[in-house]
Amino acid sequence: MRQVPQWFLLPALAVYGVVVLYPSLAGALYAFTDWRGSAEASWVGLDNFRQMLGDQTATASLTNTLTIAVVLTIVQTGLGLLLALALNSAIRGRNLLRTVFFAPMMLPPVITGLLWQYIYTPGGPLDSAMSAIGLEGLRQSWLGNERLALWSIIASVIWHHVGMSMVIFLAGLQGIPEELYEAAAIDGAGTVRKFWSVTRPLLGQAVTIATALTMTSSLKLFDQVFVMTGGGPGVSTQTLSLVMYKEAFVYGNYGYGSAIALVLTMIVALIVFLQMSVTRRGEVDA
Amino acid sequence: MTSVVQVAPAASPAPPTGRAPRRRRRGAYGRPVLELVMIPVTIAYLIPLYILVSMSFKTQPEIAASTVALPEGFFLGNYETAWTEADLGRALVNSVLVTAVSITVAIIIGAMAGYAIVRGARRTSGPKLMLFLLGLMIPGQLGMVPLYMLMRDVGLLQTHTALIIFYAGSLMPMTVFLYAGFLKTQSPSFEEAARIDGAGWWRTFWHVVFPLLRPVTGTVIIINAINTWNDFLVPLLYMSGTPNRTLPVAVFSFQGEFASEWGLIFAGMVIAALPVLVVYFFLQRHIIQGFAGGLKG
Repeated sequence: MRQVPQWFLLPALAVYGVVVLYPSLAGALYAFTDWRGSAEASWVGLDNFRQMLGDQTATASLTNTLTIAVVLTIVQTGLGLLLALALNSAIRGRNLLRTVFFAPMMLPPVITGLLWQYIYTPGGPLDSAMSAIGLEGLRQSWLGNERLALWSIIASVIWHHVGMSMVIFLAGLQGIPEELYEAAAIDGAGTVRKFWSVTRPLLGQAVTIATALTMTSSLKLFDQVFVMTGGGPGVSTQTLSLVMYKEAFVYGNYGYGSAIALVLTMIVALIVFLQMSVTRRGEVDA
Repeated sequence: MTSVVQVAPAASPAPPTGRAPRRRRRGAYGRPVLELVMIPVTIAYLIPLYILVSMSFKTQPEIAASTVALPEGFFLGNYETAWTEADLGRALVNSVLVTAVSITVAIIIGAMAGYAIVRGARRTSGPKLMLFLLGLMIPGQLGMVPLYMLMRDVGLLQTHTALIIFYAGSLMPMTVFLYAGFLKTQSPSFEEAARIDGAGWWRTFWHVVFPLLRPVTGTVIIINAINTWNDFLVPLLYMSGTPNRTLPVAVFSFQGEFASEWGLIFAGMVIAALPVLVVYFFLQRHIIQGFAGGLKG
């Protein structure tokens, strides 16, 4: 059989090259220049990265980005697993509940961002709920408080994305052959033992996918933060992608903005690499 | 059922029918308990969606009175104002147009690329696929400035074409990944038969391979369409302030103009969310499976 002529690859490669490969490569080079849009740019070596170390907004954004990624990965994946286990059991209405918990995934992040911004407004729905259950004292400016704003955003993103983790785990759970549970039951295993000895090891691949996906998407989180707080109050909710956007497209510091984007890229690459090598080891085939 | 033997001690009367008494399954109490737990969890989870919809039907005084109460009636004034003031009809057309054309282009060139990679020289298929997969890892922010400059220099900013090119390119990694992964599991015998019958490469691709890819094309459409429809930052950069803007951008700018008129803003939000939710309602099983299956690869 002759091989497919490679001009079949050309259209995809051309458009992917123009939109992703070339701009990313150019961006990585701009990161080492002082380019500000108009005139010539000159090579400044690592100056942009040194500047970042002394830039309070940039360092705060780095910490916040990592906090968001770690917390979301642990909490969202954990809750997604619990939901999947609950909705994989024989409870009534489980198909309807799956539809419900995945539904927010369909919504544009701008919309969920605006929705939660409203829910969090002082005197808004969340405060009303607090009063209704007798927690008057907990009423807050949920997005206006420097110590709480980041956590408020994280909670809203969990609400938005937990269905994705749930669906990945449901697919994983449904891939586990029923005979294994029957065999375990004959051996006298209870619910907990079945989970630990059958479900847990065979869910390895789902864990890899769910955590990798949550981790990479939360490192790039932009829309919700941009809409809800724009990085404030102070620098409490700045993220790398937000600072990159502002430096490049608001202040016109293309070189510096590209340097921040390059740092984000390196973090994503490092985490994907580490994560693949760690979680792959825990995978077993059914 | 081995458990049959263990029950029925001599004292207990034999069941009237021939059936053995069923031993209570382990965890049988678990189900009602779990159901009781899931009720409040589900209600709490639905509250934000309730707020999204209920707010859009409330008048300004109703909102001032309570942010969570049911609307007194289906007040449609917010929808009328949002639709005209934010030019949402135009934005809706823009979103449909950009999403439909981008996905169509992505499907055709992505399937061609998958075909070329999987049925091309075996030695180079791995590296070619890796080149595309690289795009799944690189954050869009890295190339954002150079791509913006490129679009500006060729005069495409503020046009639908700019967005369509952008999506066709940025959807390639996922699309090629899905098509190549699927094609690898398919036997090449149909294609070979078509070739032997004298069909050219394009005819073979279009009439044999592409129809064969149908199941995965469904997944490709679902994942790409939702991501494209909901995308925000690039349309904001390219289209902000123009009549060509897509729905998320239009709703966002609208929110900036009518800062505290939440009823209006929520009506706009519902209009932007409704098309995807309607499609989801009808195709939810396919959509959920598409996301789960597509990512498993």
